[in-house]
Order: sequence, then structure tokens, then C-alpha cells
Amino acid sequence: MHETTNNLQQLLLGRLGWEAIPLHEPILLWTFAMVAVIGLGVFAWITKLGKWGYLWTEWFTSIDHKKIGIMYIVLAIVMLLRGFADALMMRLQQAMAFGDALGYLPPHHYDQIFTAHGVIMIFFVAMPLVVGLMNIVVPLQIGARDVAFPFLNNFSFWMTVAGAVLVMMSLFVGEFARTGWLAYPPLSGIAYSPDVGVDYYIWSLQIAGVGTLLSGVNFMVTIIKMRAPGMTLMKMPVFTWTALCTNVLIVAAFPVLTAVLGFLSLDRYAGTNFFTNDFGGNAMMYVNLIWIWGHPEVYILILPLFGVFSEVVAAFSGKKLFGYASMVYATIVITILAYLVWLHHFFTMGSGASVNSFFGITTMIISIPTGAKMFNWLFTMYRGRIKFEVPMLWTMGFMFTFAIGGMTGVLLAVPPADFVLHNSLFLIAHFHNVIIGGVLFGGFAAINFWFPKAMGFKLDAFWGKVSFWFWLSGFWFAFTPLYILGLMGVTRRLSHFDDPSLQIWFIIAAFGAVLILIGILAFLVQIFVSIRNREALRDHTGDPWGGRTLEWSTSSPPPPYNFAFTPRVHDLDAWNDMKKRGYVRPTKGFIAIHMPKNTAAGMLLAGLATVCGFALIWHIWWLAIASFVTMIGSAIVHTFNYDRDYYISADDVAKIEDARTQQLQQA
Amino acid sequence: MSAASHHAHDSNELVHGHDDPHHHHDDGMPHVTLKGYLTGFILSVILTAIPFWLVMAKVIPDNKIATIVVLGFAVVQLLVHMVYFLHLDTTSEGGWNMLALIFTFMLLVIMFAGSLWVMHNMNTNMMPVSAQDMRNMP
Amino acid sequence: MSNTATINNGSAPEFYLTEEHHVQNGTMLGFWLYLMSDCLIFACLFAMYGVVGHNYAAGPSPKDLFELPLVALNTSMLLLSSITYGFAMLEMARNRKGATLFWLFVTGCFGAAFIGIELYEFHHLIADGAGPQRSAFLSAFFALVGTHGLHVTFGIIWLITLMVQLAKGGFTPVMRRRINCLSLFWHFLDVVWIGVFTFVYLMGVLR
Repeated sequence: MHETTNNLQQLLLGRLGWEAIPLHEPILLWTFAMVAVIGLGVFAWITKLGKWGYLWTEWFTSIDHKKIGIMYIVLAIVMLLRGFADALMMRLQQAMAFGDALGYLPPHHYDQIFTAHGVIMIFFVAMPLVVGLMNIVVPLQIGARDVAFPFLNNFSFWMTVAGAVLVMMSLFVGEFARTGWLAYPPLSGIAYSPDVGVDYYIWSLQIAGVGTLLSGVNFMVTIIKMRAPGMTLMKMPVFTWTALCTNVLIVAAFPVLTAVLGFLSLDRYAGTNFFTNDFGGNAMMYVNLIWIWGHPEVYILILPLFGVFSEVVAAFSGKKLFGYASMVYATIVITILAYLVWLHHFFTMGSGASVNSFFGITTMIISIPTGAKMFNWLFTMYRGRIKFEVPMLWTMGFMFTFAIGGMTGVLLAVPPADFVLHNSLFLIAHFHNVIIGGVLFGGFAAINFWFPKAMGFKLDAFWGKVSFWFWLSGFWFAFTPLYILGLMGVTRRLSHFDDPSLQIWFIIAAFGAVLILIGILAFLVQIFVSIRNREALRDHTGDPWGGRTLEWSTSSPPPPYNFAFTPRVHDLDAWNDMKKRGYVRPTKGFIAIHMPKNTAAGMLLAGLATVCGFALIWHIWWLAIASFVTMIGSAIVHTFNYDRDYYISADDVAKIEDARTQQLQQA
Repeated sequence: MSAASHHAHDSNELVHGHDDPHHHHDDGMPHVTLKGYLTGFILSVILTAIPFWLVMAKVIPDNKIATIVVLGFAVVQLLVHMVYFLHLDTTSEGGWNMLALIFTFMLLVIMFAGSLWVMHNMNTNMMPVSAQDMRNMP
Repeated sequence: MSNTATINNGSAPEFYLTEEHHVQNGTMLGFWLYLMSDCLIFACLFAMYGVVGHNYAAGPSPKDLFELPLVALNTSMLLLSSITYGFAMLEMARNRKGATLFWLFVTGCFGAAFIGIELYEFHHLIADGAGPQRSAFLSAFFALVGTHGLHVTFGIIWLITLMVQLAKGGFTPVMRRRINCLSLFWHFLDVVWIGVFTFVYLMGVLR
């Protein structure tokens, strides 16, 4: 009788059971309590304000690139808080655990934290941030009304959310992987990680990866096909160029991630032998393939931010960007070379001197175009009238921080040096240096720069500066000790140390983490204060910074159709050109505008994907099959829906444009 | 950059409607002919039959040469498919299709050859050896 | 007939169009780019097969397992399905709905035959103890050939969907684009198969 119940339970629930809930882990219980309180609080607040309908029609089902972009950035900020919480926990543990003191995190838990920290920061903070920025800005910069495939855009967003949901669920139902953010086998194989952790990892990334790949195709077609008349490739804004190259990288790199994780899941689910130690498997091939994806991935993260810096430096130096053509060529060269350097991530795996030399040299070569960009930014600033607005501060912080991080990268590109420093804290310091200095600082520059465009009012400058100074100082306090520790030989991913003389460095690093925490809190305060004071900060003209590119020609926020009339472009820095040559904004003669309709299909399909992922993780086979079949069925049903667009009438356009005319007169 | 020349340029753009069935320049539809498909098909049949025959009948005694010959046929048939079935040329989608294909092909070569080169070296240096071989190593 | 705005003094350039700007449809380019990404997934599968394809783990090797006559039959099914899809495209160019549906149906039959033969082959391999778990070589074989087969299967489902939509709605621009996309997909799968039968089957026997 007992056995039949057990068999029935296994059939219905796979390996899911009550023991999956971590009742014995106080930290997780407190986290759950906090999340539940905040979650229910937000839920209740929205219900009280009666805003569910509004959220549904204006945001969740929206196919408007501006709304989708904002949602991506909201996701990134929320996940930043989770990822940073992981960082604080690690800093605290590493500052405490020396000799007999074991700290408060057993290795079993610590290992999940560093894995989750990496996965979340790369896939659910940096990627959504970059994709969100491209969403908001690119169609506006090229004079288009939306992206090439608006429904697909919505679907891509919800697939990313689905991946994030699965990662967050792993906190409270089961566990996460303990393998590090790239989950190398054999550790990540079924023999050494038989529990659900690696499966959470695999499925959240596979699902989010589909969204990202489709986004890549979407933006490539948008930029290639939907530019306003007269905007040739060499008249595109630099941010659009970097977006194009980033999306090329996405389309070319993410299939590799899909394939590698596919191999790993076949090993775990079907008993194949791609990466096992026996039956002919070769775990080194995983490392090889995953870095063929991994290196282009870091360029996916940084190239758009290089574009942001180009826009910001030009706008706040009051000059056109120095060396536009060389910026474009540098971006293209980086895109191609990104595929020729991947082995530098595993010099020590044993491919020998010939192979290592080749990749060491290519790695050093790839630093040259980035250096060229750095000089172009500096030359743009030279003899400019520099305005030290918050985006410019972040940019200057980036230039200093990223340059040093890049230099430590070139140092690591020398294989003999890398043999000493690989997997040490020096490596950790290097990549945080470039990612925080490049991606995160760039992200804050971009948010401060384009927030008025997206939301209609500027961000508070005072709190922006507070956030900046705490982030800048905090970063250097947090990571300089890690460079020193790495040079002394300290390995990464350790939760306990025997040598007490190292402790002072970890304490300084923890202090740096606290400074960064204040920086993050200041950023949240900045948002809150700005919303509260939004009328005083209102952007009436649509061009609060004296911008040079087309997005600044629209109102803030832009109307749903972006441009009442499609712009005609004559020169680089199209808006600057228009301002200089006597552009007069049209106030009549509006025409009806063709727009795509909202859709719930994206949410539905992504929701089914989440269920399917969860079922696969917990081996609930009936549910996995059912949800997958439903997904395919729903997608097919969706293709029978031909009612996907509508027209905004000329009168409605006129009303919106008249409102803007009034707003401009007030400015 | 006079206004007049802009007018002339724009009126040209207006003439070509997008629903005109005789206009192929930007509707993305390929130019299909029976002759094209049949040529592609017959070439493919020949280019498939010969390699199969060469291997099944063991026609070439040296396996290495046979391998290269068979690969050669595959490359040619690939091009036949690209031209006759996929209608690939330098004008489809304003040349972007060809550019994407070349870029993809380049990456394919890098990934494939690169992986084989790297893994060959890894295997040589890192795969387990017997205790006897270990003792005989320099 | 001007469609751009002139400014009062007539000498400043025009900065916007006054009539609706017809944006080029991006579906064909988008689908081609997706196909390129799919190409790279297959590149990984081929690379994996290249790296571990000689690891037999004291188990069966290609010479022991591959039946070339069956593979030749399979290849001809796929090749025939390619030409029949071509016939469907020709009929579509001539706006003949019934004929198009007929040739799509025949294509689907050839595709199903391909899958059937492949499933038969897989079944025999597994029954003979040469399943994907036996060795890394076999894991890579099943992954590569199996993924191709899954793509063909998905293509058949898509084909059936398009047949239903075409029968109901006729040749709209959307329908033409969709049939065009499936054409690219279908021929692309035949291209990948050239790689498979050459690199896996023929070269496997030549080792």
C-alpha cells in the first residue's frame, strides 16, 4: 500500500517532495519571509490602487519597444538587488572565516551563492540591461516606429523573465547549482551533481537563451531594414552601430550555448557520454565550447555600453564624436576578433605552447580597437565645453576604471602569467573591474542619460552623484585587495582560509562592498525622489541635454508611434543637423498611423515554458510533455490570428501632437 | 543639395508600389523556375550517387584519398543546393543574405577547425596515460 | 508629386516625409538570420562528433553499425522531398492553390518516410546495444542525426499547419512569406543532411 502511494507520488510529482523546501536553513527561511512580505505588499498595493488592468494593457501585453525596454531594465534592477545580496553574503563570509572561525555559510550553501551570483549578474542583470537599452533607444535613433517583429519582442522579454523566475524559485524549492556560473562537467554531470541544482541552471538559461537569440534576430532586421530614408549605415548613430554588432554577436554565439547546455542535459537526462570521465567522454570539450560562447558574450555585454559612452561624451562635450569612422571599424573588428580569442579562458587546461601562443597573441590584438575607442573619447572631450552631468561622471569613472581593468586583462593574456594567476582572486578582480567599470557604470550613465526620454522627467542629480561616488570608491576598495590577494596566490571560490594575515585585505574588500551597497541604495533613493519631484524635473522640450541624435527630436516620453512623420536624414547626428539647419516641427497635416496590437501570447508561451522547465527539473514527465505540447499548440494557434494591427486615426495623432505643441510653448 | 533634386528623387520612390506582383526588388520572393529546380535536383542526385558508389564499392583503395574525394563532392553539392534550391545570390535582401552566410561560414570554420585543433592538443597533453608510459616520459 | 515637406523659404532641406513610409518587410531576412543561427547549432554538433567520434569505448564502430544502402534510401527520400517542395513553390508562383497543396502533401510524405526510416535505424541500433549511452561516439551520432531528425519532424508539423492555413485562406502575402520560409528551412535541412551522410556515414565507413 505504501509502495503504491510512493509510486503514485513519483509519477505525479517526479522527485519533488516536502524535503525540497529548505525548512532547516534559517537564512533561506528569513529570505522567504522577507520576499513574501514585500511581494504580498506590492500585490496588495497594486490591488488597492486598482492598477492591474492598467498594468495588463499598458505594460505586460505591450509590444511597444519603449515599454518592453523599461520592463527589461526594471528586471535588471530587481535582479541586481538579488545578485548583490549574494555578493554581500560572500564578502561577509570571506571577511570572517579564518582558522577556527568557520563563518556562517557552510560550503554547501556558499557554493550555491557564488554560482547564483555569477549566473544572475551575467544573465539576468547585464543582459536585460543591455537588451533593455537597445529596445528603448535603437528604433528612436533610426527613425522607426518600432522593431521589425514587435510580438517577438514581447515574447523575448517574457522568456527572459521565465528564466529569472526559475532561478529565483531555486532559492525556495530545491537548491541551485554548486558548480560556478559556467557549470563545468564532470562536476555538473549527473554523477557528481545528481540533485536539481544544475537542472535549474540548465533550464533557466535555455529558456532565457531562446528569448535572447530571437531578440538578436529582431534587432538585426530592425537596424538593417527600418532605418529612416537617408540614414545610410555610415550615418547611423554610434550606439546603433554597437547595437547592430552586439546583435550579430548574439545571433552567432547563443546557438553555441544552446548546443552545449543541450549536450550537458543529454548527459544528465539520457545517460549519454559527452562529458563523462568514462565511455569516451571528454569534459574538456565542454570548457572549449562554453567559452566559444562565453567570450563573445562579454563583448555582447560591453559593446552597447561603448556606444553609450560615445553618445554621452559627444552630448556633454558639446562636440561631435571624434573619429566616427574609426569607431565603426573598431566595433566591427572587435566583433570579428571576439571569435578568435576564447582559449585565453583556459590557458591552463593543457593545450600546449603553440595553441596558447596563438590565442595569447589574438587576445592582445583585440585590446587595440578598444584602445582606439578610448582615445577617440578623450579627443572628443579635448577642447569641448564639458558639462559634468551625472551621465558624464559615470563615463569618466568608466574611462579610468575600465582602462585599468583592460590592462590587467592584457597582463592575463600572457600565458605564463596566466599560469600563475588563473582562477586566483586576480582574475576575479580583473573581470569585475571591466564588467563593473564598463557594463555597470555604463548602465548607470545610460539610465541617467535616457531616463528623461523614456519617462518624461530627469533623474535627481544630487542623488545620482551620491550614487556615483559611492560606487566608484566602493568598487576600488572592494577589488584592489583582491588584486593583491590574487598576486599572493589566493584562489577563487573559497569560503574559508587558514592564513590569518590575509584577513585584513578581505575586511577592506567587505568595506568596499558596504560602500557599493550605499551606492545602490542611493540609486534607489534617486529613483524614488525623482518620481516624487517629477514635476520639478519634468522634461518639457524632449531634448534636456542638447542631444545630437533623432531620439531627442521626440517628446518625452515619445508618443506610441514615435514620429508623427517619418524623418528624412541628411547627415550624421541627424537631430543636431536638423537643429542647425532650421528645422520647424510640423503641427498639421497628420496622417493615420499603422500600429501593431498588444498581445497576451508572449506571456502565455513564456509561462508555459516556465512550467515545462520546472517539470523537467523535478522529473515530472507528464507535466513536461503536457506543457511542451501546449506551448507548441498555442504557438500554432497564434499563427492563425491575423488580427494583429490597427490604425491610430489622423485625429488622434493630431490630438497627441497638439498636446506636445502646448508643452513646447510652456518650456 | 537643392530642394528640386530631392523632389525628383522622391517621386521615383513613389512609383514602385509594394503590392505590384511584377516587381521583385524588395518583396523577398525568389525567382523560381522549373529548369532551375530540375537542374539542381539532377546535379544533386549525381553528386550523391557517386560518393555512395565510391564508398560502397570500395573503388578507391586509399581511404584517405577516398575521404577527400567524398568531402569534395559534398562541398560541390552544398553549393548546388545554395544556388538552385536556396536561390542564394549577391542580390537577395540587398546582399545581406550573402554577407550573413559568409560570416556564418567563417565562424563555422573557426569553431570546427579551432575545436579540433584545440582538442587534439588537449588530448595529446592531458588524456590519461598508463603508469608504464608515465615512467618513460622525459 | 512631392511627398516631402518644403519649408517656406524653399531652400532648407526637408526633414520628414508627409506620407506613410512603407517599411520593407523583414520576415525573409529575419528567417534567414535565424537559419544561420541554426547552422551554428549544427556546427557544434558536428564539432562534437569530430572530437569524440573516434571514442568507441571498446564498443561498436561505424563500420560495425552503418548500413549504407539504408542511408542511401533515406538520402533519396530527403532529396525527393526537396524537389517536390520546389514544385510546390512553382505552383505557388502560378497561384494554383490545389496544385501547391498537392505538392506540399507529397513533400510531407517523403519527409515522413525519411523519419520513419531513421526511427527504424535508431531502433535497430538501440536493440543491438549500440544506443546513445554506449560510447561518446554513439552519443554524438545520436545527438547529431537525432537533432536533424527533430528539425525535419518540426518541419512536417509546420508543413501541415501551412497546408491548413493555405486551404482556408488562400495566397495572401503573409501565406506566401510563410511558405517561402518553410522552403528555406526545408532546403537547409537537406544541406545539413549532405554534411551528415558525408561526414558521419561515408567517412565513418572509410575509417
